[in-house]
Formats: sequence, structure tokens, C-alpha cells
Amino acid sequence: MTGGSVSARQHGSLTWLVLPALVFFTAFGLVPLVGVLLLSFTSWNGIGEITPIGFENWAAVLSDPGLVHSLGVTFLIMALSWLVQTPLSILVGVFISGQHRYRAVLAVLFFTPLLLSSAAIAITYKALLDPNFGLGASLGIPFLVQNWLGDPVLAIATVVFVVSWQFIPFHSLIYQGAVRQIPASLYEASRIDGAGRIRQFFSITLPQLKYTMITSSTMIVAGSMTLFDLIFVLTLGGPSDATRVLALDMYLRGFRGNMMGPASVIALIIVVVAVLLAMGVQRLGGKDASESRLEGA
Amino acid sequence: MDQKRVSRRSFLALAMAAPIGASALAACGTSGPGQARAGEASIWYLTGAPQEGLRKASVDAFNAAHPDGQLAATFFENDAYKTRIRTAVGANQAPTIIWTWGGGGLRDYVRNGQVDDLTDWFAQNPDVKSKRFETSFGAATIDGKIYAVPCEQVSPIVMFYNRQLFEQVGAQPPTTWSELMALVPVFNNAGIAPFSLAGQSRWTNMMWLEFLFDRQGGPEVFDAIAAGEPNAWSHPAAIAGLTKVQDLVRANGFVNGFQSIAADANADQALLHQGRAAMMLHGAWTYGSMKEEGGDFVPSGKLGWIPFPAIEGGAGDPSTGVGNPASFLALSSQASEEQKAIAREYFKSGLLTDADIDGWVASGAVPIVNGVDSKFSGPDAPFQQFVYDSATQASSWVHSWDQALLPGPADEMLRNIEQLFSLSITPEQFAANMNAVPSS
Repeated sequence: MTGGSVSARQHGSLTWLVLPALVFFTAFGLVPLVGVLLLSFTSWNGIGEITPIGFENWAAVLSDPGLVHSLGVTFLIMALSWLVQTPLSILVGVFISGQHRYRAVLAVLFFTPLLLSSAAIAITYKALLDPNFGLGASLGIPFLVQNWLGDPVLAIATVVFVVSWQFIPFHSLIYQGAVRQIPASLYEASRIDGAGRIRQFFSITLPQLKYTMITSSTMIVAGSMTLFDLIFVLTLGGPSDATRVLALDMYLRGFRGNMMGPASVIALIIVVVAVLLAMGVQRLGGKDASESRLEGA
Repeated sequence: MDQKRVSRRSFLALAMAAPIGASALAACGTSGPGQARAGEASIWYLTGAPQEGLRKASVDAFNAAHPDGQLAATFFENDAYKTRIRTAVGANQAPTIIWTWGGGGLRDYVRNGQVDDLTDWFAQNPDVKSKRFETSFGAATIDGKIYAVPCEQVSPIVMFYNRQLFEQVGAQPPTTWSELMALVPVFNNAGIAPFSLAGQSRWTNMMWLEFLFDRQGGPEVFDAIAAGEPNAWSHPAAIAGLTKVQDLVRANGFVNGFQSIAADANADQALLHQGRAAMMLHGAWTYGSMKEEGGDFVPSGKLGWIPFPAIEGGAGDPSTGVGNPASFLALSSQASEEQKAIAREYFKSGLLTDADIDGWVASGAVPIVNGVDSKFSGPDAPFQQFVYDSATQASSWVHSWDQALLPGPADEMLRNIEQLFSLSITPEQFAANMNAVPSS
């Protein structure tokens, strides 16, 4: 028996293991997607007759300035949350991967936001940011008494802040794991060459984290495209449409406005844009991005 | 050899997993909560104290009295219910009795043949009709036919005020719009917000426009809008009402940062009972929560209430009521004849029974029963009498706009109202935007 045929048989048996997941993916992923595709060519208000209307919904949505606005808001929040989350997550990840006295205690504190649901976080922040009964008013800090959710610029800033607060622990966790995978020999060699901590960070740690950054960025991009629950509870897209992201736009059109056709069009736009963006981010890592970094594998 | 065993085991695992997956899939298609057992009718109600307890008691009492025709009640949280019921009705899985707010949502059911016409049933049961406030039937009537049974309580929008703050600045509650505008600087100079408003919730802002349109131009203005007449939003009275709201915003009539305040945490009510805002336009239902959360504010008589001020030269009648005239129960046309019979019996003998009425009155509410004011007693009686009088003596009744319009246009309207209140669009732009929204 040659090594090659063993490997082929091994792959054959592993295919079986994928089947249950495949069944569920087909039932709950692909079938609804096809359903949404079909719905996007119909007019349906949720309770009446479903009437096919061809490309009418597509034409209406694609020529609607509201779509451009929602797409813009989504990209803006995506870009801002990437810019806030990535550097902070790397710093926190590097910090908690080291050996410090209170690291374990701090790590637990850092990770508490990970344990809370988005709805709970949104309700809490809504209460904290209330201009009359929130944190600023209770503690007597005038700076914190702002029209946080009522001013378009402040509302976007607030959303980005809360999203970052919620997800930085998660990304830090990924970076922490990645930093611990960096061979200690690299640091030892650099120390012999006389490199300081900062030099080590920029010359060793950061380049070694490249692929982790791609993974983390893919998640931020895909997550921002489908960001819904937090904004739904925190601002409901307001003030006026300042924080109306694509996923919220889809929900409001479909379930508040009872226009299932246009909502389906937006759902498909979200899928396509998210897949394209994720592929683009992966491409940044080069062809070998998804291959294992482990020696000998 | 080894490899083979692994693959057989994984096959077995798969074979075992398959029935689980299949039953999980099958579960989607079988009876949802909307489907009652044979010989049983279903009803969906809303949660929330104290109403939930009263609703449950009414169903329990009905079931105890009708062992052969049982009613199964399921309770849903308000916002979850709104999406849930549409999905259920759309999938022909509706409960026998459909809770509705009347107006546009009900019109949508009627148009799609999902609910039964109850006009003849009311004709055969004249007592059921004469017992209830006449104003409660408007939102249940579509094209001259009655499609739902009004029940429970009336919830008008009331101008509340803090008596203590009015004494402090030496002012009287406003009876006209110009008096109201004159009070704004008086309170601002005293460091008190003239009006509390939870602007983030959007429908809270809407209540102002409901009154202003009506006081300015009478009920015809909104009737034309609800009927989908072209350019109905550009009626001169509508423009005047929209302008008045922006005047009030510009004069700092509303509490600072009102766009950040949400009604769901009752922060707007707290501003009033903590003495930080002098007045608040809000639903009668806030009386109960202010009583509960405001310490001695309500019991010590610091809470005052007045009808919405008249507009000088306005065509509207200042006695016109605004708000939710009642709750409504419609009968699903998809239900079996047996289920419909149980539902009709519940409409007739299960709703607004003596025990039911006593329960609502004791909770501080005003059930929609003629002559119920004889039951008012205790500290809540003055407020209940005020609500009763506003409901029974109203020359007409403006149904809450977001309920009166179809759901799609209603959402568009709330978006535009938010922009109007943040002064990012003019009254003319508001009217133009809304005229462009197909209202049916």
C-alpha cells in the first residue's frame, strides 16, 4: 500500500463526516437563499398574494438613494470599527499574551463584554448615554452630557464605540493566541542582535501576525455587513437615517414596511457585497494565506 | 483495516444523526402556537402588567363557564407580536381571534380576506354594541362594515403637567397655543424644561402633530390623508401644524437632547415627576407608571392634566380626542366553524363582563363601557373621570396615525417626523416627502 492511496482513502472517509453539516447548510442556508432570490422578483406584503413582477424590485431598489445611503453608512461604520478595533486588539492581544503579574485578572476583565448579548449591551448603553439620567448627569461630568443618540455624527461615533467595546475582546483573544504561536527563538535571536521591545514588536510580532490580521479583518468586514441587533436596539437607524445600515434597512423594509420583495433584494445585495469583501481581504494575504503556518504540516 | 472501521463508524453516526435532522426539519411544518386542538379556539394576547393578568383572568373565567368550548390563550410581547402576527396570518396559521390595533393593520387583513365581517353579528347582538363607547367603533370600521370587536380600555393622549412647577413660576396651564408658546420662555428662564419628550421613539413626536393637525384644520385633514387623497399632506392646516411644531422646537420648548431620549425606559415621565420638565404630552397609560415610579408625585396631587390647547382661529373642535380608542379583536376567516362559534361566544359573554370591568377600573384604566364612571372611586377617580369624559364627550376621535395608516406608509411617516423635529427638513419638504409615499 502506498502512502498516496492511504491519504486518498482517508479523505474519502472524511467526506462522510461533512455530510450532516452539508445537509443542514442546504436546508437552512441554501434553500432560504433560493427562496429569497425568488421573493426578490415578486411583490408581497407578507399576508396577501405573492405576485411575480420581474425585475421591478431590483430596478426600484437599485435606483433608490436610500440604498446608496445605507451602503455608505455600512461602509463608514465598517471602516471606522476596523480602524478602532484592529490596533487596539493587537495591543491588548500582545499585552495579555505576555507574563505579567495581574495579567490573568486583567484578561478576565477585558473579556467580560464578550459574555454579554448585543441587545443587553445596547440597552445598557442607551441608559448610560441618556442625557438626563445617564452616566454624565449622575456623575456630574458635563462632557458626558451630550446628545449622543440624537446627533447624526455623535450617533455614528457612539455606534462605532459600542461595537468596538463589544468585539475588541474577541479579536484580542485571536491575537493573543497568535502571539503565543510565534517561536521564542525569533525573540531570542533579536535580543542577541540588540533589539529592544519596540523594535521586536514592529520587526517580529507584527509581521508574524499578518495572517491573523487577515482572519480578524475578514470577521470585522463580514460582521459589519450584517450588523443589526445592536443598532436596532440602540438607535433604530436614527436620528433620521444616520445609522440606518444595510441589514437594518432590510429588516425595516421587510417587517415594518411589509415590502418583502425590496427587502429580499437588499438581503441578496448584503450577501454579494459581504462575499466580495471577504474574498478581497483574503486576497490581501496572498495565495498562501489559508495554508497552515506550522512547520512540517 | 483501521480506515474502514473509521468510515463505518462515521456512516453509523450519520445514520443516527439523520432522523434527528429530519425530525428537526419536520417540526417546522407541524402545529405552531396558532393552531389549537380540535374543538378549541385560540387567541393571542399581549403581555405586560397589569393588562396581562386581566386578559388571563377573562379567558380563565370564560373557560370555566364553557367546558365544551375552550379558548387557548398565548401571550406575546408587544413588538414581537407585531411581526409574529403578520407572519402567522400570511402563512394561514393565524389564531382564531386576532388581536389588532384596528385602522390600517386591520384594513390590510380585510383587503386580503383574512378576517370575518362582524356587521351582521353586531346587528343580531345589539347589547354588545350599545354597551361600548361609540367612539370605539371608528377604528374597527372599514368601508362602513365592522370587522373587529372593541374591548378593554380607552387610551387618549393627555397633556400632563407638574402643578408644583406651575406654582413655582406662578403660571396657569395653557388653554390656547399662544399661551403655550408664552410659557416656554417662562420655564426656560427658571431652568426648567417646558416639555418633556422622548424623541428617539418617534411616535412620541407624532402625538403632537396628531393634535396640531386636528386643532388647526379639523378631522378632515387627516381623514383625507388616511384615504390616500393626492397632496393631502399639503393641506394649509397641515403645513400650519407642521410649522407650529418647528416653532416650538426652535423656541427650545422641548427638553435638551430630546432626540436621545427613548420612551421605553420611561425617562420622559421621570423628567416630569422629578420636576425637571413642566409638561408632557403622552398617553393616558403613563398615569399608572408615574403613580408607580414617581413616589408621592401622583398620590399627593402634584400631577395635573388638561386637554390639548385650542389654536386661535383653528377649525378644529378642542374636544376632539386623540389616541387609541380601544383594543380590538378580529375573527380569523381561516378558522373552522366550530372555532368561530367559540370565538363569537367569547366576544359576547367573555369580554367586558362585570368582573372584567371591575378589574380594569381597579387598575386605574377606563374600560370602554357606557356608564362605567359610576364605578370610579378612590384616588384615581378624578383622572379616570377626565379620561371617561374625553372619550364619551369627544365630537370625534383621531386614531393614532401610525395605527390608522397602512404599516409601510406609517414607517415612512415616522422617519419624516423625526427629521421634522430635528429641523433637518422644512414643513413643505415633509409634506412633499409624504405626498410621494403611496398610502395604500
